[in-house]
Amino acid sequence: MAYLELQKLERDFGTVKALDGIEISLGEGEFLSLLGPSGCGKTTALRLVAGFDRPDGGRIVVDGRDVTNISPNKRDMGMVFQAYSLFPNMTARQNIEFGLRIRRQEKAGRTKRVDDLLELVGLGHAGDRYPHQLSGGMQQRVALARALAIEPRVLLLDEPLSALDAKVRVQLREEIRRIQLELGITTLYVTHDQEEALAISDHVAVMYGGKIEQMGSPADMYSSPATPFVAEFVGTMNRLEGVVVDGAAGHVEHAGIRLNVDAARGRQHQERVLVLVRPEALELAAENGGGANQLAGEVISQTFLGPVTRLKVSSGAATLIADMSAARAQALPVGARVSATVPAADARLLTLEGVAQAAVEEL
Amino acid sequence: MTVRRRIAPSAAVWIFLGVLYFILPLIGTLIFSLHSIDTGKCCTLAAYGYIFHQSAFWHTIRLSFELALETIAISLVLFVPTVYLVHLKFRKLRPVLAFMALIPFVVPPIVLVVGLLDVYRGTPSWYYDHPFGFLGTAYVILAFPYMFFALDAGFRAIDVHTLTEASQNLGASWLTTLVKVILPNIRTAALAGSFLTLATVMGEFTIANLAQFQTFPIFLDLINETQPYGAAALTLISFGITWAAMLSLLFIGRKRGGGGRLIAGAR
Repeated sequence: MAYLELQKLERDFGTVKALDGIEISLGEGEFLSLLGPSGCGKTTALRLVAGFDRPDGGRIVVDGRDVTNISPNKRDMGMVFQAYSLFPNMTARQNIEFGLRIRRQEKAGRTKRVDDLLELVGLGHAGDRYPHQLSGGMQQRVALARALAIEPRVLLLDEPLSALDAKVRVQLREEIRRIQLELGITTLYVTHDQEEALAISDHVAVMYGGKIEQMGSPADMYSSPATPFVAEFVGTMNRLEGVVVDGAAGHVEHAGIRLNVDAARGRQHQERVLVLVRPEALELAAENGGGANQLAGEVISQTFLGPVTRLKVSSGAATLIADMSAARAQALPVGARVSATVPAADARLLTLEGVAQAAVEEL
Repeated sequence: MTVRRRIAPSAAVWIFLGVLYFILPLIGTLIFSLHSIDTGKCCTLAAYGYIFHQSAFWHTIRLSFELALETIAISLVLFVPTVYLVHLKFRKLRPVLAFMALIPFVVPPIVLVVGLLDVYRGTPSWYYDHPFGFLGTAYVILAFPYMFFALDAGFRAIDVHTLTEASQNLGASWLTTLVKVILPNIRTAALAGSFLTLATVMGEFTIANLAQFQTFPIFLDLINETQPYGAAALTLISFGITWAAMLSLLFIGRKRGGGGRLIAGAR
């Protein structure tokens, strides 16, 4: 049964439709990330759940209770903000204690709860420090402990790691997930970082233009994008525009080359489609005169990314991206003629029927 | 290890000249005030004794100080929530308020008091004829720019939106948020506004004179006309009292930890 429900939520800012009837259903103890680019409406949705803003339409239901019109201080939501939001006049301990004091919890209980939370976020030694004496990562840990102190019904996190450096970001996101699992708290997490969303969530909802493009598990989101936008936004994707020329055999024609794509089987003849191939699935080899499912091209750049090296290949109208080990990439220097093999089984297919050409090019 | 910072010679010269600029008149006034009222010779504390034995001195200094406290209290109660709301919800009203705050600077006190006396004529006697009524109102208007711009700077230095939302999210009401979260973080600004208000009220002459109230500057003027040595002594006494009042405000305001250094944490 759903614990947190966003039902046909709408919010307009003048002529801009920030939220266009989004629907989200989240079970108790689950972790959902709202993922999308700036201006997609993800923070607006979070603020509506927190009660800082009111929707123009729709309902927000928590544990069967409609909270749409309840003021933020009566919603029992714990929120961690993007900007450092600790009260500067209070120590870390006093910050965490604030919500408990408001609830008039007795002192012994308060002290124990604060001690436990400081330990939980790994700051048992820093309780008496003021925010300006803490690093950015430590401040966000205190903010997390403060949000958890009131035992909120839903934990809301608004890009809490965006101001931190890369290493701390990875550490803290793992801690957030650990704590969330330990406490079993229903969590709504807003981020524009797809890696972050995929790494820590039970479910990911990709938003664009005030709508949810796709909602599912991180694995589904990565392997089976439902729209061209999701395909483009979640991870890197090679996109080959084509037309189905043989639905029975699963043949798609792209730039005059016939590609065998399993996912094209059963498609209508002459259907406009987008063949999607992840960079790690694209096979690159020195040009061998052409073969089945191969696109010829020239390596135009190499970027060392640590675990892999990313090669860009200019192939006719398209620029292909392929990831491989640094050792293999050495054999294909910039300027080398290569053949890129589109894997028949791993390539995904999206229909472009009903999608305007301009919209496809915009992605 | 403590690193000692050396002051550049040119900076030392300018600091020395600056100190002289402020100290010399005070030394001059001090020497002048030590002359005998009867013989005109130095050095005696007779002028100070004369001032301290004037009941009007104690009466007027107390009245001015109480008026200053009243003005500070009313200004804080009036302007802290106003400036808070302007920063939080009505950003477009800020320039309007800033313009209004400039009016007491632009309109000369003599014009202001004539206008105010006219506007408030007909109000009850307990208000119009009483210093804590009419004069207090006039001083709140006079202190408006000092208090507004000081508070405005304080609110600009903190993230009002995030702090408010964080507080409400934890269950705090508007009043609790204002008292426990916002006020402590604009304390330095509120103190600055209070100092300026105190100094303004303690030295305000025109309005009190035209409205015929016996405040400290009126007493100072009276002594100046009749007792030049006494006036010099009184000047130094009032200087000391104003500074003592400011320091006590500073002490009261800084009693609790946190304070001004925390603005950086708020970003």
